[in-house]
Amino acid sequence: MSKSRLFTRKLDLRNGAVELVHGAGGKASAQLFEELFRPAFSNPALDAGDDAAQLAGGARLVVATDGHVVSPLFFPGGDIGCLAVHGTVNDVAMGGGVPNHLTAGFILEEGFSLSDLKRIVDSMAEAARMAGVTVVAGDTKVVERGKGDGVFITTTGIGTLHPDLATPPAAHRARPGDCILVSGPIGEHGVTILAAREELPLSAPIRSDTAALHGLVAGLIAAVPGIRTLRDPTRGGLATAINEICRSSGTGALLKEAAMPIRRPVEAACEILGVDPLYLANEGKLIAITAAEDAAIALAAMKRHPLGEEAAIIGEIVSDPDGFVQMETPMGGRRMVDWLVGDPLPRIC
Amino acid sequence: MKYVDEFRDPDTARILADAISGEVEPGRPYSFMEFCGGHTHALCRFGLEDLLPSSITMIHGPGCPVCVLPVGRLDMAIALVLEHPEVILCTYGDLMRVPGTGGQTLRTAKSRGGDVRMVYSPVQAVELAQKHPDREVVMFAIGFETTTPPTAAAIKAAEARGLSNFSVFCNHVLTPAAIDAIMTTGSGATGARLDGFVGPGNVSTIIGAEAYDEASEKWNKPIVISGFEPNDLLQSILMLVRQVNRGEARVENAFARAVRPGGNEAAQRLCAEVFILRNSFEWRGLGTIPGSALRLASGHERFDAERRFAMDYVSRPDHKACACASILRGEKAPRDCKVFGTACTPESPLGSCMVSPEGACSAYYLYGRHRDSAARRVAAE
Repeated sequence: MSKSRLFTRKLDLRNGAVELVHGAGGKASAQLFEELFRPAFSNPALDAGDDAAQLAGGARLVVATDGHVVSPLFFPGGDIGCLAVHGTVNDVAMGGGVPNHLTAGFILEEGFSLSDLKRIVDSMAEAARMAGVTVVAGDTKVVERGKGDGVFITTTGIGTLHPDLATPPAAHRARPGDCILVSGPIGEHGVTILAAREELPLSAPIRSDTAALHGLVAGLIAAVPGIRTLRDPTRGGLATAINEICRSSGTGALLKEAAMPIRRPVEAACEILGVDPLYLANEGKLIAITAAEDAAIALAAMKRHPLGEEAAIIGEIVSDPDGFVQMETPMGGRRMVDWLVGDPLPRIC
Repeated sequence: MKYVDEFRDPDTARILADAISGEVEPGRPYSFMEFCGGHTHALCRFGLEDLLPSSITMIHGPGCPVCVLPVGRLDMAIALVLEHPEVILCTYGDLMRVPGTGGQTLRTAKSRGGDVRMVYSPVQAVELAQKHPDREVVMFAIGFETTTPPTAAAIKAAEARGLSNFSVFCNHVLTPAAIDAIMTTGSGATGARLDGFVGPGNVSTIIGAEAYDEASEKWNKPIVISGFEPNDLLQSILMLVRQVNRGEARVENAFARAVRPGGNEAAQRLCAEVFILRNSFEWRGLGTIPGSALRLASGHERFDAERRFAMDYVSRPDHKACACASILRGEKAPRDCKVFGTACTPESPLGSCMVSPEGACSAYYLYGRHRDSAARRVAAE
């Protein structure tokens, strides 16, 4: 597999400083992982670079961890509590795991109201109950006033590999000719947070799509056990997730803009805010890559689930030595769809 | 979305593209400059060049406010926020990443403790000033005629609220002056090559289409004022081809749904009250152009950050490998720059044209570089 150079310059580990962009889920985040974290911790499970890790040793365990720093803490459609459950449950599910248990670490700021903390914890408990996972261990630390921002939550999820799977889904398994599916309309979590922060008066209500996707994934795996890749396009959006898949698998992709599911209010808000929905975070959507002959079966399986009713086939994996993701515009022209660069929206999840 | 969908309709786009192909005269090359970065962005984002006949070359103009801001002005802003801890510097997002001297940016200034905040509108800066009476809030104002009225309105709002801790670092520039500069730069070589201009429709909503009559007549070039949707652009290119074929050179308005005759007179009055012409202003690429930019008029000088903080302008050179200057003059295309896509990319830009999505290099890098790659592969085979 040939990999073209992804980063323009190496991280400046002597004089550089952490910038918000390093948390945006785009190219800078990938670089921080590749050049700082991965060399320090390198092992086969981590190096695969997927949302969740399969553990060696025959136990077929799947593990994922996710930190949550969203601002505001409460937003239409959810809050940091349910997000902390959904985010990690989804990462385990994308690794082909059936999530069973969570651990939770809370970093609280001195002065944070206990009633808000209770709201968050109750929401977390409800989300865990709905998702059928138990929170089995936790930790609480408190930092001085001004040294945090209310609440940060880190969760770790543990699951067992879905019994139908021979090979766990992974980004490197995508092959030219495969179909790319998305489980529903994109950009909703990102626009919700952006609108809440900007106090943007929207004529149509937009809510975060935050949801646990393992039920949808279970149906999908049952229908297509040979599914190649699953990925939830959170920070960095669908565009970055597909670029990551292409980089891992040494392929390119060709998307069809006309097939991309986007709700009208989201599209309109993006026009007003000057952001591209392809780069906005989703918290209740997944991308699936399947062999072409499995695509219709996978689509039908997704549509049978309430969270996949608006699923669509949005393009295909192609052979491309440059690893470019391209998109056919409705007018019939073509454009590139690159990695997220910069940070349109710090602290989205 | 009303006013958007009909101008992105694929069937209409094909009809317009076919009409353009039918109108171009065989063997005749056409070169048009889309002045505005918003047009460059739309051309690339919607892949419109794939729809045009090969005899039409679109040359990207200097109409990207982030791109034409020279290094020296950026250095002033970086120094202001690092040297004055009381300052909250408000800026549009793109400006955060433009490299100043030594590669410093407002983003790195922020990670080193400078209080830089991203805003979508200057009114947000006024609100910040009201919320933080103990701080000095400075709006880093840039842009052409379109963004000037909101800055003027923010100054009036600060005045009405009696705020003494709000000021504007004014870098507003003017479009017609830049067209003159394009036509005369490099002994007029670029100008001679151009068959016409796609004019910025957003600017004309403020200053009207008539504002270009003088330039069109003086330089004998057709100028078609265009909206920003794909079918607006195709329609405007069709109108330019027709004018060229007939040997005409006049201003036409293809954006009549937004551009009224005479433009927006209320906005013009507001700007005339708050701003006056600077004697001269340095533009990246185009050099120092007389009468091409604005500063605060007498009666509003107390809102002038340059005066309040005794900021002095020193002209500074671009990064020496960067071809932004030639690209902004229309002399070079992004792919002609030696560092395009290698040492200079959107995540690590050396020059301003790689920063803003309206910059020609950024638009090409993000949306169009598959073309160069495909061409290289064909050449190699």
